[in-house]
Amino acid sequence: MLKDDPLANILYIDLSNRTFMTKKRPELFDRYIGGAGVAIQLLHEECPTGCDPIGPENPIIFAVGPLTSLFPLASKTVAMFKSPHTGNLGESHCGGRSAVAIRMAGYGAIVLKGASDIPIYLSIHGNKVYFHDASSLWGMGSSATGRIIRENETGGGLRTIMRIGKAGENLVSYASVTTETYRHFGRLGLGAVFGSKKLKAIAISGKLSVPVADTKLYRKMYEEIYQKAVESPVMKKYHDLGTAENIIALNKFGGFPTRNLKEATFEKADAISGEAFAAGYLGRRLACSHCPVGCIHIAALREPYEDEPYYYKTSMISYDYEPIYSLGSMLGISDPEGILKLMDSVETAGMDAMSTGVVLAWATEAQEQGLISEKETMGIKFSWGDPAPYINASRLITEQPNEFYTALAKGVDYAGSIYGNRDSALAFGKNEMAGYHTGPGTHVGSLIGLRHSHLDNAGYSIDQKVLAQKQTSPEELADMLLEEERWRQILSSLVVCFFARGIYAPDIVSKLLPLLGFELKLEDINRIGTEIYREKYRFKTREGFSLDELRIPKRIFETSSPVGKFDESYIRRAIDRVKKIMEKQGAD
Amino acid sequence: MRLAVLETERCVGCQCCMFACSRRQDEAGLTKACIAVKSVGGMRRGFTVIVCRACDNPPCAKVCPTNALEPGKDGGVRLDMKKCIGCGHCQDACLIGAILWDDTTNKPMICIHCGYCVNFCPHKVLGLKKKEGVAHAKR
Repeated sequence: MLKDDPLANILYIDLSNRTFMTKKRPELFDRYIGGAGVAIQLLHEECPTGCDPIGPENPIIFAVGPLTSLFPLASKTVAMFKSPHTGNLGESHCGGRSAVAIRMAGYGAIVLKGASDIPIYLSIHGNKVYFHDASSLWGMGSSATGRIIRENETGGGLRTIMRIGKAGENLVSYASVTTETYRHFGRLGLGAVFGSKKLKAIAISGKLSVPVADTKLYRKMYEEIYQKAVESPVMKKYHDLGTAENIIALNKFGGFPTRNLKEATFEKADAISGEAFAAGYLGRRLACSHCPVGCIHIAALREPYEDEPYYYKTSMISYDYEPIYSLGSMLGISDPEGILKLMDSVETAGMDAMSTGVVLAWATEAQEQGLISEKETMGIKFSWGDPAPYINASRLITEQPNEFYTALAKGVDYAGSIYGNRDSALAFGKNEMAGYHTGPGTHVGSLIGLRHSHLDNAGYSIDQKVLAQKQTSPEELADMLLEEERWRQILSSLVVCFFARGIYAPDIVSKLLPLLGFELKLEDINRIGTEIYREKYRFKTREGFSLDELRIPKRIFETSSPVGKFDESYIRRAIDRVKKIMEKQGAD
Repeated sequence: MRLAVLETERCVGCQCCMFACSRRQDEAGLTKACIAVKSVGGMRRGFTVIVCRACDNPPCAKVCPTNALEPGKDGGVRLDMKKCIGCGHCQDACLIGAILWDDTTNKPMICIHCGYCVNFCPHKVLGLKKKEGVAHAKR
């Protein structure tokens, strides 16, 4: 990396002792680029083996990369921690203003250690860190918290405000951290780790300059990438209808999980499509910092107050493909207003929308089967398609007034292990499924993916582009998934948004890195991707992960996918292939 | 021609204009950005774009004790860095907050209306207009 690049600065904050210090560690970035590559090394250093994810010893690591603030769509921050949801590697990515704010405050990474004894929030403005008493914010929803900190802090326009809602405070294992009202470190429970540290929020701001090796070439390369970002057809869908554009396509394809994946097409998909949301509700579009695409779609929902005529409130609610799946089709809800209200409730509590929806879908089926009664649900009668009981239940998950809701607050894998119906408890590696039943690729991808996320290796895309076209062996599938996941280690180390993966192709990346002082050939970049993958896998095995022990919910074999039905042996063969490759590489 | 904020409601808050302004000055990052994009009380309410609007008889120039700000023919000002003592009076005088501050030089930063950022506004929020369009409306 370039000598004067502030990316080398790592800010260490000790929440127990309320101290902070900065260390310069250029060698770490030279070797692992930034983002995920640097974060996994810091996690190895800072996270004691076998530590309690909600104990003070679990660190939180934020990392950005050399491209952050320099190129468009390099807009993501990588968070790493031990996940309270899976008990293993926690990694979550978030946009908003988070990445630019961290880089412009003068850091490549931030490490939070320890825990506070009273509620606090942090503000990081350039080289100063402030610890604030957040007692008056404890118990507040994520939006209200953001508003109050916004009014109390400087750095408007140049800052991120990361915060948790009540779900994080109450340690819901899939609680999220929200930034800029609408973006999230959504998956794997970073919100609960915040809550366990009594950390309500972090505000970060700054406006530095960053050195580049050749300013003329920088401008030229920037313009090339920018033009692609605004003109390329691969970015158009994110820009127009947003990710919700996929609903009609996935449904037509027959891979749109519906009613806890009892079906893979939703007869009312048209009513909850990206087109329907845009026509009826789209009120505004937003962008992450330094992203000309602006994929964030915000619905304006006008609701009357029932106790007084001509009295309304208008809520601005963010929607995307995944929450429409998890809080919509997965619960059989075809009323967009109902879905928006449920999304709003989950957003205020600060929970991962995907996990919440899958948990509620499982609960509905468990109640249908008589495994739980209204005694457990505290009088709630779940019914496919009716949003009101789900809105109430989302609040009860946050509050956890009884054993049942405490179980739901630990995720579907846990709830299924207690109350039964485990074969329809749709989690992979304990992380709830994403909105794809496109074939075996998506499920194998989630099982072997290091975060058990559909974005690890995009198995859903391999299903649609490859498996739907030709017979593919499990071994071939595993190889494709691994190749994709290794390359994504580079994308998440630079760090660029995965939506821009078509723009940041390997040859482009190898041209950009020298501008930031990284003299890496394409084969070096690929080698680093493999190494980062292996380092994450090493953390996982250290914490007890085994490919042999992955539970596969049988529901995925019962419901036909666009490539037909597939069986467990196919999936196991793919997993075995991954295991053999990793053993050969000596990661075990 | 003068830089104009044509339609703030179209702004999605991507801040590409801010980065463009820095690049125009052979910088990367935000230190030198002479344009700012902020939310209007949170992202849900949209954005405001803050930049010099090249007003006639500019108040910033009137309060400068060292005549470092020279009003241009078509409105707006030119900053003479040699004369500027970084007192900040200009910043106080500008009601719209368009005098931004460079913490590294401790001097103001003011848009020169070069229009470079317009090329990087993907949503037609910014444009170049003839002077008449941005001056005070004549009644």
